[in-house]
Amino acid sequence: MENLKALAYALRQDVVNMIVEGKGGHIGGDMSVMETLVALYFKEMNISPANMDDPDRDMFVMSKGHSVEALYAVLAAKGFFPIEEVIAKFSKFGSPYIGHPNNKLPGIEMNSGSLGHGLPVSVGMALAKKMNKQDSRVYVVMGDGEIAEGSVWEGAMAASQYGLDNLVAVLDRNRLQISGCTEDVMHQDPVEARFEAFGWNVYSVDGQDIDALCDAFEKAKTVKGKPTLVVANTTKGAGSPVMENKAAWHHHVPNAEEYEQIMKDLKEREEAARHE
Amino acid sequence: MNKIPNRQVICETLMEHAATDKDIVVLCSDSRGSASMTPFSKEFPEQFVETGIAEQDLVSISAGLAKCGKKPYAASPACFLSTRSYEQCKIDCAYSNTNVKLIGISGGVSYGALGMSHHSAQDIAAMSAIPNMRVYLPSDRLQTKCLVEALLADEKPAYIRTGRNAVEDVYEEGNVPFEMDKATVVCEGSDVAIIACGEMVKPAKDAAALLKEQGISATVLDMYCVKPLDRDGIIKAAQNAKAVITVEEHSPFGGLGSMVAQVVGAECPRKVINLALPDAPVITGTSKEVFDYYGLNAEGIAKTAAEAIK
Ligand SMILES: Cc1ncc(C[n+]2csc(CCOP(=O)(O)OP(=O)(O)O)c2C)c(N)n1
Ligand SMILES: [Mg+2]
Repeated sequence: MENLKALAYALRQDVVNMIVEGKGGHIGGDMSVMETLVALYFKEMNISPANMDDPDRDMFVMSKGHSVEALYAVLAAKGFFPIEEVIAKFSKFGSPYIGHPNNKLPGIEMNSGSLGHGLPVSVGMALAKKMNKQDSRVYVVMGDGEIAEGSVWEGAMAASQYGLDNLVAVLDRNRLQISGCTEDVMHQDPVEARFEAFGWNVYSVDGQDIDALCDAFEKAKTVKGKPTLVVANTTKGAGSPVMENKAAWHHHVPNAEEYEQIMKDLKEREEAARHE
Repeated sequence: MNKIPNRQVICETLMEHAATDKDIVVLCSDSRGSASMTPFSKEFPEQFVETGIAEQDLVSISAGLAKCGKKPYAASPACFLSTRSYEQCKIDCAYSNTNVKLIGISGGVSYGALGMSHHSAQDIAAMSAIPNMRVYLPSDRLQTKCLVEALLADEKPAYIRTGRNAVEDVYEEGNVPFEMDKATVVCEGSDVAIIACGEMVKPAKDAAALLKEQGISATVLDMYCVKPLDRDGIIKAAQNAKAVITVEEHSPFGGLGSMVAQVVGAECPRKVINLALPDAPVITGTSKEVFDYYGLNAEGIAKTAAEAIK
């Protein structure tokens, strides 16, 4: 089994390179969501370039589409496209690798970028899988600022109404959005209780801990008749103190000095993870 | 080279008035930074409302505030404001006739490589199709100032689209010709009429200079008031010309070009060519790269104009 913890730090370096090369990107949310994506793509979901057209594959929707750089890094590591090409072309003129998920690219199911669409779209997918009597599952990742959108709660109601136990939503609970702390901008606490009140099964875990995330995803498989929300408690910018917990790093592009420090921190954490 | 984007002028103008007019309220949906409204939120916290990432809420709350005497300015990316909140704009602002000013920021393809979710290439069509909704696309920072001053003085809903980047001045400081709901004649000519709006006015003006070098004289009309459209201005410009070129940062359908063609077709038929974005997700790139690629620059406009009157 690959060392996934180390992999998450290696892929963060790809993300930083992408953003510096492309002169743009949403670095903070990329960093907080990385373990969630690694856990899903390398442990939980039955999806790879080999079965990407199989109707029985698990399906993923990146509802917080601005964290596309993290998704590109993970999809590249899964073999959907070469990482060198993504880093060289990200956001550049004529590039297929734009700043939000786009399903002209292999491995991407649905286009996103406008927040608050992913959950209801996933409800439709999970419902179709029920209608088709398929056992595969649907996973969606949302941001904690994103869930201020009313459409999220319309989707949450429907998921519960239809008892979609094949649907798992992950909330990247990094407690920041563009304008600052979510609790100041539009508070979401107690988010667990809110989803429970909507009829969901809820787990709240350390979202930077791949084992804890996988544990929650596995438990969710045993729950019948309810959708599951995994609140992934994370740190925005996780991986280097240069960017951790700083609202301005939502879409800051590292300068040369910051770049060096961040890469050094990420390499150190990658190495440490390899020798744990 | 001007460094002040139009959105910043909107904030500054509102701040000038907010100190004495306590009914002015600015609303943002996690968009105060991109809307340049952070200074307003800091200086007038009592006149600032944050709705979080909830554009429908933003517009409906604005309508409620307006109903009770406030003068709300709701500032959010044009893409979300015009499509996510479309029904709120239609029902709560236009139909209920509330004094809500909708400020669509980073309009058109301002967001470049972020893709179609972030581009607003249908806002002119969508908003113009709503009865009682006015649609304005100011061309430069100086005209933006005049427009906001005029909007502060009225009590009807309106949608204003601005871009993200600073654009070069079209007019001169201290000498800005502006009459509310009348297109501004940037220059007058006798061969071809170029009618543009928003950030396409400057390249249209530059195109006229290029055409002059070729011995072609062009009228350039700044149709910042897309709705109510200045029909008389269009007819006057078209009557003097062999062909009409429209230029807009918008889909080819339902925008300035469509509206101008309706007027010209009915009143003074002649060739109308519409320069616009394609009916497709635009190529990845900065807005300048996108404009250059689709010929929405001075050279492209001049070339089209010269060919149209051949
Ligand atoms: C409908 C919509 N409104 C606004 C935006 C602009 N936007 C992009 S990211 C973002 C903040 C997202 O915060 P959060 O959901 O907490 O994501 P994260 O912290 O994980 O980056 C906003 C407002 C958008 N993409 N979609
Ligand atoms: Mg967040």
